[in-house]
Amino acid sequence: MQAYLIFLQTAIPELWAGTLITLQITLVALIAGFFIGFPAALARIYGGKTLSAISTTYTEIFRGTPVLVQLFIIYYGLPQFGITLSAFMAAYVAMGLNSGAYQAEYFRGAIQAISSGQMMAAQSLGMNKLKAITYIIVPQAFRLALPAWANEVVSMVKVTSIVYLTAVPDLMTKAKILSSKYFNPIETYLTAAVFYLIIIGILSIVLNYIEKVSRIPGLEMEGEAR
Amino acid sequence: MVEPIIRLENIHKAYGKDEILKGISLEIQEGEVVVIIGPSGTGKSTLLRCINQLTVPNKGDVWVDGVELTDPRVDINKARRHIGFVFQDFNLFNHLNALNNVSIGLKLVLGLTPEKAKEKALLELDRVGLKQKADLFPGQLSGGQKQRVAIARALAMDPRVMLFDEPTSALDPELIGEVLEVMQKLAREGMTMICVTHEMGFAREVASRIIFMEHGVVVEEGSPEHMFTRPQYDRTREFLGKISELYGKQK
Amino acid sequence: MTETFTGLIPYILTGLQVTLEVTILALGIGFIIGLGLALVRVYGSKTPAQLIAVVSVIIRALPHILLLLLMYFAIAALVNLTPFWAGSLSLAIISSAYQSEILRGALLSVGSGQMMAARTLGMTRVQAIRHIILPQALRQAIPAWSNEAAIIVKDSSLVYVLGVPEILRKAQYYSARTYQPFTAFIAVAVVYFVLTFLTNRGLCALERKLKIPGQ
Repeated sequence: MQAYLIFLQTAIPELWAGTLITLQITLVALIAGFFIGFPAALARIYGGKTLSAISTTYTEIFRGTPVLVQLFIIYYGLPQFGITLSAFMAAYVAMGLNSGAYQAEYFRGAIQAISSGQMMAAQSLGMNKLKAITYIIVPQAFRLALPAWANEVVSMVKVTSIVYLTAVPDLMTKAKILSSKYFNPIETYLTAAVFYLIIIGILSIVLNYIEKVSRIPGLEMEGEAR
Repeated sequence: MVEPIIRLENIHKAYGKDEILKGISLEIQEGEVVVIIGPSGTGKSTLLRCINQLTVPNKGDVWVDGVELTDPRVDINKARRHIGFVFQDFNLFNHLNALNNVSIGLKLVLGLTPEKAKEKALLELDRVGLKQKADLFPGQLSGGQKQRVAIARALAMDPRVMLFDEPTSALDPELIGEVLEVMQKLAREGMTMICVTHEMGFAREVASRIIFMEHGVVVEEGSPEHMFTRPQYDRTREFLGKISELYGKQK
Repeated sequence: MTETFTGLIPYILTGLQVTLEVTILALGIGFIIGLGLALVRVYGSKTPAQLIAVVSVIIRALPHILLLLLMYFAIAALVNLTPFWAGSLSLAIISSAYQSEILRGALLSVGSGQMMAARTLGMTRVQAIRHIILPQALRQAIPAWSNEAAIIVKDSSLVYVLGVPEILRKAQYYSARTYQPFTAFIAVAVVYFVLTFLTNRGLCALERKLKIPGQ
């Protein structure tokens, strides 16, 4: 016990530093994923044959392969063509593309859950398709996608942990370094697990709250977690 | 006096503070058809479920066919075999076709061979006029057909008594007749039956006794003739008036 | 390019059996544990049910790679298992938490009337669960379960970190030998894609085959 407490004195600052990196990658991935995934969803539904096919291919490929392999292709694979990314940049790109594919599916589900009557009603008021999408469909779709999107936030915190294989100093990597330095993998990983639980716990509470206050009565959709 | 086939003694049932049954005692002789009526929420279904212990009463004894079911030493699964129960919403096993709905109890509970069970199940389906629908699944049957399969399923176990819990309440009006017909036939064959129902035509025609329940107690009971023409209590008269107004117009 | 692929693909496929074994063990053992946990949560007494619920929430909140390493070291401290078995078992335990949630939902989706009807016929609780509830619940669970199966196909790549010679590890060997990392990892991505695709298709076909007429 004594030894563990001494270990914690070194470990907590290290793990905290790792936590910040984990949150940083998560945040970048979610934002990048949004700016990829949302247009991809629109392209899939409203984009016509070619765009729709491109969007579908993108989401199917990134959802159908392990994120670990995606990261390896970008970090270890691209240098084969002279494109070398830093470990951080590779993590951002891989996580962003991965999250984008899942976010595209959530937004697609949400947009498709909005009845065609909404589009018809908007057009009958004289709105063109673009206006109807912007002012009528999208605001409702965002609200509908929120539960799934909240799940995606939590998922990304977990998914980013694989960057420890490319030595990005996130929470997981810090735990690995500590465990090989102190030869106590079980204690170290358990301590890291507590950090993850706290991050995910806080995020869940915050997201739940946001969901609750922004609830539109009667407008709901099943959120599907990955 | 012959030993009654069902005897309820001072049955009490409460959910939390909500007292559903407040001391009901009842004796039913073999071959009797008893119809229980009363406003919804007065404990009719709960009383019926107390008989086969789907609901366990807080107090009181239940005797069926000489066995005290409220005795914790009694094997309730064994006792239930011979108490047929028909639900308002059918509760047919959704993953089994009509034939297997009827035969599964024969195989699993009574231990019949698959061949014997099938033979008996077909016989029971024939009894309710659905032999030709044996291969259909519940999702492919109409409400009335589902309920008739459910009755066949209960009959297959050779019950000593049949309990009906509002068997026609979930049916479209035009499908009620076929179910009542089966029940009437059963009554004529001498089956002991307890039916919770709002079908006053059925009660008048078939019941040997009508029991009027309200707020967890038996208000009045008697022959259909007594209950419909000269009930003792105003509440009974009021209720019967209201119910025939509600249901009478549909026919 | 053609030459690369004629050499590369067969080489990566030498790891396919390991990948499939890890996946099937994780899913299979995870199913057995998950089903047991789900049954306790739905039909068991309160204290064990709550305990399972808490553990399940914790497991599902943690990164799979962290759980894998944690359990790998915990198992290694207790018994002498090969990385292959330790990895497969760890993935099975992770998956059991997710599968227990899927199966719990499926059990609850079978209406209470089904249990009542079975009991009125004189079936015991166990008979009713086995013959009436489970056949319906398991059918109900197939779509969500196929999602989980695809996740485990992908998660099988995590045992790479334990040095288990599955397809990702083979791709890495190949890339180290030939200095063609992109080619190697793209090839392994294709294999995973085919595997998840076939998993989804297969389970979809199973769902159709087991569909109850009229439902």
